[in-house]
Amino acid sequence: MSESEFASALVPLVIVIPLAWAVLCLLRPRHRPALLLLPGLLLWMTASGMLWLSVASDGLALHLLGGWTEPLGISLRADGLASTMCVLTSLIASACGVYRLLTPPDDEPSESHRWFWPLFFMLGAALNVIWLASDLFNMYVGLELLGLSSVGLVAISGGEQALSAALRYLLAALLGSLAYLLGVALLYAAYGTLALSTLAGVITADNITYVALALITIGLCLKTALFPLHGWLPPAHGVALTPVSALLSALVVKASFVMLLRIWIGPGADVITRTFAQGIGVLGAGAILWGGWQALHSTELKSLVAHSTVAQLGYLFVALPLLMSGAAPGIAWDGLMLQITSHAFAKSAMFLASGTLIAAVSSGRVESLHGVTRHMPLALFAFGLAGVSLMGLPPSGGFSAKWMLLQSALAGGEWHWVAVLLGGGLLTAGYVFRVFRASFVADADHRFDKTPLGWDVIALMLAGASILLGFASTPMLSVMRIGAPLAGLVR
Amino acid sequence: MSRELWFALIGAMLFALALGAFLSHTHLLRRLLAFNIMGTGSFLLMVGLSQDTRGPDPIPQALVLTGIVVAVASTALALILLRRWFAATGAATLPEDSTE
Repeated sequence: MSESEFASALVPLVIVIPLAWAVLCLLRPRHRPALLLLPGLLLWMTASGMLWLSVASDGLALHLLGGWTEPLGISLRADGLASTMCVLTSLIASACGVYRLLTPPDDEPSESHRWFWPLFFMLGAALNVIWLASDLFNMYVGLELLGLSSVGLVAISGGEQALSAALRYLLAALLGSLAYLLGVALLYAAYGTLALSTLAGVITADNITYVALALITIGLCLKTALFPLHGWLPPAHGVALTPVSALLSALVVKASFVMLLRIWIGPGADVITRTFAQGIGVLGAGAILWGGWQALHSTELKSLVAHSTVAQLGYLFVALPLLMSGAAPGIAWDGLMLQITSHAFAKSAMFLASGTLIAAVSSGRVESLHGVTRHMPLALFAFGLAGVSLMGLPPSGGFSAKWMLLQSALAGGEWHWVAVLLGGGLLTAGYVFRVFRASFVADADHRFDKTPLGWDVIALMLAGASILLGFASTPMLSVMRIGAPLAGLVR
Repeated sequence: MSRELWFALIGAMLFALALGAFLSHTHLLRRLLAFNIMGTGSFLLMVGLSQDTRGPDPIPQALVLTGIVVAVASTALALILLRRWFAATGAATLPEDSTE
């Protein structure tokens, strides 16, 4: 088997492995979960890692499922962005999975145990479908699978709050994917193809294209919770089980964003106007400020972290106009990639650390964290490290990401974005320090329950990774440029 | 006007009508029905509009079949959640919507 055949065979594996484990977990719901799960997680990480290495050394890998060519067949395309996201997905999913395994079994109602693992692996498979999809319709299928498994995972935490959050999430997800599907239908009617690469060659700037792209953009922005369409996110991410919140905030919302990114810089590159891109950027700026402001005023710790996700997603949308029509799209691309990856590590660390703190003090309120500094130093340290990256303090992945976005804005003299990027950093500092202020109050009037040491180790590893990206992001960023249509963006 | 374009226009109209219903109603079952009609509208549009320009085409039909499967699965999940919500609270609307 030649090297390219080997790489091509790896591509479907990263989808098949989580899918197989979803089925296995469904068939054997309660049977010694660790024995079944750990091999699955290991295999998943190994396959993703090997795919990344092969893309890094040999360039992008393609796979036609069953040997069928487009338009009837499904083709998977592992470029730098896709393979890096696959690795990121397997790492963060494994961290969240192990965190869940270490959860004492009597903490939660038994029904959730039964459905957690099938949905967890289905979520992983759906994410990988989206990263690797090369046409609009497979992206749609991935998006629906992802939406259904995410809603299921939110709902299993039980209780009225979880049900209402899950229903709200489901309605938003359904509306978003229908808007997207209608846009796809219009594009197919106009151009007779759904493959992103073919579409990029034939697309023209006419009315049907504008309507289609507007529908697709609105649908995907709703799914990515772009301000002001973000109302469904804080309740859903706030009420879910801790490892689920981490997965949703770190990875799931990025999936619809990556779809939007691929459509914009692929077929959309010559069609999307500067004004449209700037408009989306303005909404991103609104998200940074509004999400930060809401986080500053949240009384619940997990709601604070969820609003922080709304704000951090805003940075992704601010990067879009810099990428589409800015003076330095290459730097904006690197900054965007680093923001996606470092936020994924930082936010999953922050949610897991928050979950540990909440379990220790048996209360979800920010004010209940009194005395945490003395009793729970490791979890608080992980929370703080993640906060450093989200604020954009050096040295961290978040700092390098925001620094590159700043540079790219400055290169084009776009000072309004600079103001937003700096203001967002200040707000982030504000809400992270709110947690610390509460934690430093020494006289705790409540007891501290013991939490597993493994929880702290996992959160620290994830937070450490988000800091480390500030030192060692160059190899990752050079791989993430593989297959990205950056040349088409330079005007 | 060809028959296919007629399908597409009806599809667009269904989509718009159902979108209006989806946004204006608060009863969850009504919203779910509206979602299903929106889906049907987009399927009609997908098959009709592309066959109007290029003649009979198996691709959009295959896509619509997949779309129907997805819509059925989503509806099933929504119904389960809705029934549990109703069993837990006795309400058929979400809390923030019910004041309207």
